[in-house]
Amino acid sequence: MRNEADIHAVLADPIRRRVLEDLARNPGLTASDLGEPFEISKPALSRHLKILEESGLVEREIDRQFRRFRLSARAETLDWLADLRMQALAPLSHLDQLEAESIHTMREVVAEMSNPVMMYSIGKDSSVMLHLALKAFYPSKLPFPLLHIDTTWKFREMIAFRDQVAERYDLDLRIFTSPDGKAEGINPFDHGAHYTDVMKTAALKQALDHYGFDVAFGGARRDEEKSRAKERVLSFRSKGHVWNPKGQRPEIWNVFNTRVNKNETIRAFPLSNWTELDIWQYIVRENIPIVPLYFAARRPVVERDGALIMVDDERLPLEAGETPEQRWVRFRTLGCYPLTGAIESQADTLEGIVREMQVARTSERQGRLIDQDQSASMEKKKLEGYF
Amino acid sequence: MSQRQPAAAASDAPLFVDAPNGLLRFITCGSVDDGKSTLIGRLLYDSKLLLDDQVSALELASKRFGTTGEGNLDFALLVDGLQAEVEQGITIDVAYRFFATDKRKFIVADTPGHEQYTRNMVTGASTADLAVLLVDARQGVVTQTRRHAYIAALLGVRTVVMAVNKMDLVDYDEDVFRQIRADFAGLASLLNLAQTHAIPVSALKGDNISSQAPTMPWYTGPSLLEFLETAPQTQSDFTRQPFRFPVQWVNRPHLDFRGYSGCVASGQIAVGDAILALPSAKSSTVKRIVSFDGDMQRARAGQAVTLVLDDELDISRGDLLCAPKDRAEVSDQFMATLVWMDEKPLLPGRSYLMKLATKTLPTTVSSIKHAININSFEKTAAKTLTLNEIAEVNLSLETEIAFDAYEENHQTGGFILIDRMTNATVAAGMLSFALRRAQNLHRQALNISKPQRAEQKGQKPRVLWFTGLSGSGKSTVANLVEQKLFAEGHHCMILDGDNVRHGLNRDLGFTDADRVENIRRIAEVAKLMVEAGLIVLVSFISPFRSERRMARDLMEEGEFVEVFVDTPLEVCEQRDVKGLYAKARAGEIKNFTGIDSPYEAPQDAELHLKSAEASADALADKVLAYLAAQT
Ligand SMILES: Nc1nc2c(ncn2[C@@H]2O[C@H](COP(=O)(O)OP(=O)(O)OP(=O)(O)O)[C@@H](O)[C@H]2O)c(=O)[nH]1
Ligand SMILES: [Mg+2]
Repeated sequence: MRNEADIHAVLADPIRRRVLEDLARNPGLTASDLGEPFEISKPALSRHLKILEESGLVEREIDRQFRRFRLSARAETLDWLADLRMQALAPLSHLDQLEAESIHTMREVVAEMSNPVMMYSIGKDSSVMLHLALKAFYPSKLPFPLLHIDTTWKFREMIAFRDQVAERYDLDLRIFTSPDGKAEGINPFDHGAHYTDVMKTAALKQALDHYGFDVAFGGARRDEEKSRAKERVLSFRSKGHVWNPKGQRPEIWNVFNTRVNKNETIRAFPLSNWTELDIWQYIVRENIPIVPLYFAARRPVVERDGALIMVDDERLPLEAGETPEQRWVRFRTLGCYPLTGAIESQADTLEGIVREMQVARTSERQGRLIDQDQSASMEKKKLEGYF
Repeated sequence: MSQRQPAAAASDAPLFVDAPNGLLRFITCGSVDDGKSTLIGRLLYDSKLLLDDQVSALELASKRFGTTGEGNLDFALLVDGLQAEVEQGITIDVAYRFFATDKRKFIVADTPGHEQYTRNMVTGASTADLAVLLVDARQGVVTQTRRHAYIAALLGVRTVVMAVNKMDLVDYDEDVFRQIRADFAGLASLLNLAQTHAIPVSALKGDNISSQAPTMPWYTGPSLLEFLETAPQTQSDFTRQPFRFPVQWVNRPHLDFRGYSGCVASGQIAVGDAILALPSAKSSTVKRIVSFDGDMQRARAGQAVTLVLDDELDISRGDLLCAPKDRAEVSDQFMATLVWMDEKPLLPGRSYLMKLATKTLPTTVSSIKHAININSFEKTAAKTLTLNEIAEVNLSLETEIAFDAYEENHQTGGFILIDRMTNATVAAGMLSFALRRAQNLHRQALNISKPQRAEQKGQKPRVLWFTGLSGSGKSTVANLVEQKLFAEGHHCMILDGDNVRHGLNRDLGFTDADRVENIRRIAEVAKLMVEAGLIVLVSFISPFRSERRMARDLMEEGEFVEVFVDTPLEVCEQRDVKGLYAKARAGEIKNFTGIDSPYEAPQDAELHLKSAEASADALADKVLAYLAAQT
């Protein structure tokens, strides 16, 4: 029998550790069972087994023509094996829990609904949602198309990123722009709230009706805003996509009732329980590609009503005396460029962004001019069928 | 104007502060206005996680809508996020909020106290590890406190901590607290709550919320937040239980890959482990555990994975994979507890859809064993269940399913009931155990087949189901149809509502529950007659769509012909052949269809007869023409 120091040397090898792990779970495995997870030759495995036997950790028995292995009493006393068992019983990390919950929601919806679609707004939440969807259905391809409501006023970098992503994952991407809005030349400068109504809310409803989607995944999170905090994971919309906040279906455990009545559709929010910080930590952990606008860089901006608006193209009418200046800025949330405020920032890495998040004193919706035009505006928009 | 990139803000906080005590999901519950939302708002505020713009929005809202007086913040407004809630000053639906300390992350569901919204409280409680049960120190434990405690215990919330709130309004009096704590202890032992603790607090002032309050030196226990930070979490327990995996989605990208996607509901699984698929009881072993990030050697409770098996089994969504040595039970008859959540009452005998894990199938409540009186927790007799009532019932399914007792496994023992007509979620249910009857009751094997009987009679057996108001002319038309069919040499039989009530259904009255049972029996009798090869004419008001649907579902495709005898109420009332309308109007008959009980007109009846537009004879001919066209 070997001493403690030798035992450490024996355990230093990953193959031998794995063999012990497997034997801890399934005593009586044969050499060929034990070799299955590895791509090593039989003699090489035999050498490892021999070392384990000589160290007194593993015993063999002959059962008819099979040699079977099990852990010795000595191995059972190893802290390391006890730790291993503990680890197997430890709760999942909270990101793992959130991930599994979201995947569960997506699979459930896809299994039960006939014509799902995923809203793809190109932002960080959409990027996480897409990533989760790829995980949920792997190795199958995404069992639904993506829908982007293009207001024609998105940042150019967003559009480029969108097309890259669609190509990389071979996605069925549907792009929809309000035909009325296009015909009437509706823009965010001259038409204000009407612009949002036509180019976003109405366009979304038109697109969903046009394709006959019965459920649309959206990347909304409950931590974004008070009325969203009230919404179910599956949000039912009656004719005209109207939300009825006072009559929501109970949602018990994770058992979803996806049955819809005539003219009823569902908005499904797999990211309901994620916070903004969770999103960023997950992007870091999973290395999820995001639009470069989230990273700080020198960009041409003008300051308007306290917001920094990026001059993304020549369509932005400059007011008298306004000249774009180059500043280090980034975006916490992305939308239509004339309506999205940048923040001054130096964070040009994911790590920098997370650090900034941890000390942030304002919410991300600050940067969205659309939500601030009246109190309870988000609830009102939802009542009208906006996400 | 900055030309060069300034140095990034220095911070030595670690990138991922993985809270050592993990994630805790909890709810606040208790009676209306006890301060639940205020408490959550206070916790969010004290945890310093509110952002500047949220705080200024709160200040603004407190000025406009606050209930807490000049210059005070109304913390409930942080949580009550719907316009209607702000206006009415109550919580209507659950709000989910998120906060964290350096010990733990929290997802909290603030539930409504109002009795009308109990189902929303159930929604919040169903996913909670812990419940903070509030009482108003001035009121003590009231009915709604008991109801919420009962529901929390029923749903298996492990830890219930009582927060005796508004201590500021009783001068922080220790005696008041002691009295309420004693009441709570009594309640807790009645409900078998494992972990109970009571804390005196003032949500409004922040006393004993996130730190010990100097106002109550006599209380030496933990503050609410300290309690929450260390309370046990349930998730890790699921890993110790036997392996369960409800198949959610069959993953089949191409012919060479067939995987079963789902979440591990409990236990663990490793490559090479044996599994058993239920209810078919076919066995196999796990060949691969597939994930987007590469194959895994093992997976445990809570993880979403895709399993590939060694054998090509016929497994589909709704099947349950489990450990062969510790398998789930299989049955089609159950004892279960229901929390009824719909305005329309539960009717025994009516067909509902049950969704258990990933499986959906029709079910009926065969009987209500007893309801629970929420004040005394005593068992009381009940024929129906109305909104917010709780009862133990027998459930009967058409096919067998795999399950565990809810107590052992929430995911394989918790189900919802869905109304087949409105699609509403009408109940949350918890399976207790299987009733063994299913195994004992073998159906007598029939030697002569149904087609043989039909052939002998030279006809296609069916049910003509005449529905319509009293006095609409159902029986008149049915009688004429029978005469005409008989004349053509068919074998028919009439089941008339009035006549059946005198015999077979003599014991039934006119409550909704009895009406359902009435129809169920008639439908079963009609089914036997169809089996015998007859053409059955049922003439029966049958006002409810779901009962007619139930009758339809009993028959085979094409056997059920719904005949809607459509006569306006005014006409029926004018005719009033039996003088019943007059009596109903006079209040002498209760629950009379069309007067004080609804008639749900068919939407897709095979035949729609408008009796005001043609003679009974012409209508009967229409029925015959339809039957001729169908054969
Ligand atoms: N004095 C005093 N008032 C309080 C305290 N906590 C809450 N209140 C007040 O009690 C009232 C009701 O508070 P809410 O938080 O809305 O009560 P709730 O339990 O959430 O009510 P529902 O959700 O509608 O059931 C408000 O006016 C609060 O300001 C407290 O500790 N002391
Ligand atoms: Mg409240």
